[in-house]
Amino acid sequence: MPDLLERDILTALRVGGDERLARAELRRQIGRLEQQLAELFAEAFPRLEIDHGVAATSPAPRAIGLAELEQVRDALAARIAEARLALKEKAKVETRNRELLEQMLASPAEHKWVRISCADIGEPGCGHWHSRPRFGLLGMLMSWWRVKISSGCPL
Amino acid sequence: MAGAEAAGFDLGWEPSPEQGWVAPHIATEFPGLGIAWVEVDGRPGKSPEPVRRRLRYLSDRFFGAHAIHMRERPIPWAYRVFFRQIGLDPDHTRTPVEQLALERLHDGAFKSRGMPADALTIATIETGIALRAFDAERLEGRLCIRDSAPGESLPDGAGELAQGTLTIADELAPVELLFGASAESRRVDRDTRRVALAAVQVKGVPQAAIDEALWIVAAAIETA
Repeated sequence: MPDLLERDILTALRVGGDERLARAELRRQIGRLEQQLAELFAEAFPRLEIDHGVAATSPAPRAIGLAELEQVRDALAARIAEARLALKEKAKVETRNRELLEQMLASPAEHKWVRISCADIGEPGCGHWHSRPRFGLLGMLMSWWRVKISSGCPL
Repeated sequence: MAGAEAAGFDLGWEPSPEQGWVAPHIATEFPGLGIAWVEVDGRPGKSPEPVRRRLRYLSDRFFGAHAIHMRERPIPWAYRVFFRQIGLDPDHTRTPVEQLALERLHDGAFKSRGMPADALTIATIETGIALRAFDAERLEGRLCIRDSAPGESLPDGAGELAQGTLTIADELAPVELLFGASAESRRVDRDTRRVALAAVQVKGVPQAAIDEALWIVAAAIETA
């Protein structure tokens, strides 16, 4: 992988002067950005589905020009920025939910009927925490609240 | 040959892949681009039990997490990058290994599609390398990667290729768009007796992986 990130040697870029050099640099940037996007995609899964699509610039394979390479580079950079922002927002929400869960566990009666799932705090699995009255209606009337933990489906 | 043996196939001879050429101006634009191929005797048909067993084994070893993290691995990533660099969207026109991964998740297994398709599937999943199969007796001379000339088309294609389209070609004409449609007359069909197995190398893909992929696919076809 590292050799793909290295700059192409200048002797290989002897024709076309600066523009070929610019295309090589853009291709290197595209490689680096694709790597970052792949890492973000894997990091986000399955908590968040990030949009990683970058439209094709050509209907058929060909050596695309400077403008199209820039277009791909910019689109990848935009996707990475969006993915980072979405992950940051998601992390904030998960942190708030974890704090809420701690408060709920400490005082269930103050968080009546609140239900927090594993997904809400960024954990894998389909379990959840649910603040419910003990003994149903009687517990509701007597204010006997507790947090019931479901471990989720067995699969 | 270790790759082929590791994949469960025994090849009684050592294939020596032939190196194709890349048009100089394309090679200058894309250092590391290359094509190598081997020819083996083989005809299409139902896959033998060792090949189908290998497919089942690969299916059992391949999970959703593999698909998610696949694009972080060096070889699949190198093909994704190359797709971007030639104007393709690898999430639309998928790289060969990602296409197989998607089909595995969709179908629940790597389904047997007969030979030589199963051999290509095994080698592609094992190594990540983009492989192609052609009828060797209908190819003329060495394979190469070049861009199409004005007015050129695939031998039995409906229309002209846009000038500059990257193709795999023999010494007469393009036989396939690079990572795209192939000429029907060069495909492996029921009259095929000898198969040319080609591997497309891009920057970041080591030669050892290309050799290994060709060994695995050649050995699997010889097994049949």
